[in-house]
Amino acid sequence: MIGLVVSAGAAAFAYTAGWFSPNRLTPERMVDALGRRGGDPLGHRRNHSKGICFTGVFVANGAGARLSTAPMLAAGQYPVIGRFAIATGNPDAPDATGRVRSMAVRIVAPDGQEWRSGMNDSPMFVVATPRAFYQLTLAQDIDPATGKPNPAAMKQFLASHPESARFAEWARNAPWTTSYADQTYNSLDAFRLIDAAGQGHLVRWAMVPTVGPHIVPHAELAALGPNFLEPDLKRRLAQGPLRWHLVVTLASAGDPSNDATRAWPDDRPHVDVGTLVVQHAQDEVDGPCRDYNYDPTILPAGIQPSDDPLLAARSAAYAESFDRRTAEAADYPRTPAKPGGAH
Amino acid sequence: MDTGEHFSPLQRGLHWLMAAMVVAMLFIGIGMVSTLHPRFLTLIAIHKPLGIAILVLAVLRLVVRLRRGAPPLPADLPWWMAFGARASHVLLYTLLIVMPLLGWSMLSAGGYPIVLYGPIHLPQIMPHDDTLHAILRSAHTWLAWLLFATILLHVAAALFHALIRRDGVFQSMASWRS
Repeated sequence: MIGLVVSAGAAAFAYTAGWFSPNRLTPERMVDALGRRGGDPLGHRRNHSKGICFTGVFVANGAGARLSTAPMLAAGQYPVIGRFAIATGNPDAPDATGRVRSMAVRIVAPDGQEWRSGMNDSPMFVVATPRAFYQLTLAQDIDPATGKPNPAAMKQFLASHPESARFAEWARNAPWTTSYADQTYNSLDAFRLIDAAGQGHLVRWAMVPTVGPHIVPHAELAALGPNFLEPDLKRRLAQGPLRWHLVVTLASAGDPSNDATRAWPDDRPHVDVGTLVVQHAQDEVDGPCRDYNYDPTILPAGIQPSDDPLLAARSAAYAESFDRRTAEAADYPRTPAKPGGAH
Repeated sequence: MDTGEHFSPLQRGLHWLMAAMVVAMLFIGIGMVSTLHPRFLTLIAIHKPLGIAILVLAVLRLVVRLRRGAPPLPADLPWWMAFGARASHVLLYTLLIVMPLLGWSMLSAGGYPIVLYGPIHLPQIMPHDDTLHAILRSAHTWLAWLLFATILLHVAAALFHALIRRDGVFQSMASWRS
């Protein structure tokens, strides 16, 4: 009897932990799969592994305050620690292989509330569900025979995921540029802004650049060498800050809140809620963004996740990636302080 | 057999309330770290304020225990069982206070805001540091396993008193009588 009670308790706990569910999609399995795309990048983020930190401010113009009670949407200026990256599992990947570029921000209000957001420069996401993202990641597994992913696996993935065709077409046809500065970064996932009356507004947002794109044929990028994005960013910031408008798009009835593979039509109302001013860049190894997890569900009161299933999965998987890399600091050593250096 | 010595009603109330909270907390914790499902967000939103509530109640309970004491164990209890009873209770009180503090510390060291509800959040109690985060994060997991194992042992011992020894120890906490 006693043995039965204790065993039942232990079994229920093990079941909840997923020990009897080899097919359950756990953060561990997701992050393991991300690390199999060619050398687990110890000490680094398991995805968007190659990036650079920036600091700046978000200058809210107050226009967002009628949509949300988030403190950083009230007119004012709020500090930002952010990061630009390419979507890769390899911190040494050549920049020209990064089809997707990303911007992450952490905006802090005076009362300590935070708004973290990770945005990509594609207008839609490649998949709609965590399961599909897992399968896509598996399709990028390195084939030990060739040292490369098996092209048949990706073909098969695309054939069985018609919702990914819109992204695949963007990836094939979108122009390439030489800079992080000229890209529009989209939240992709939907969120709910809550106004002072408690009314919810379904939205997505984007960081819209203020400099024109410098479009080049992809073949020319290779000539720029493996690292052109970070030097370009530093060069531009040496001339002065870079600005993006934070533009909130309001959904119309019927716009999907739970399918990031479908961009909303362009004619939806847009509200420019302020300007992100990027002032300084710093290499990630010693930079201020290194030890932040840009979990998109870290939100102030007044902004809530939608029912987009990717959001919870991103939160859970980013936490797993963060837990691993903070335990691997020795594999990604900081630059030792120079003796007698002015730091 | 009920020898008549009981924990006070306040102690019994705290015990059973916290029993439900702590068991829920352990299952929420192990469940949330092993899923990518949207319920992850709900679970983690409960986990943090529930942990802080347990911390507050555990401190209150420790104060009550130190002031009010506990009914004596039966005189005929073998010495090693009496020792086990004392040691496991010290461990339980310690873990009930340490686990929430570890969670709070680990989030602080990870640079996370510690959100309880809406705009209500707690201050950071540790410096933002990756190595510190890693240590605290893994301690939070290992001590959760230890807490769960200790609770199973506690339940087994309680049932042993109730069903086999029938010595009133179980009734001292389980009785409804005031």
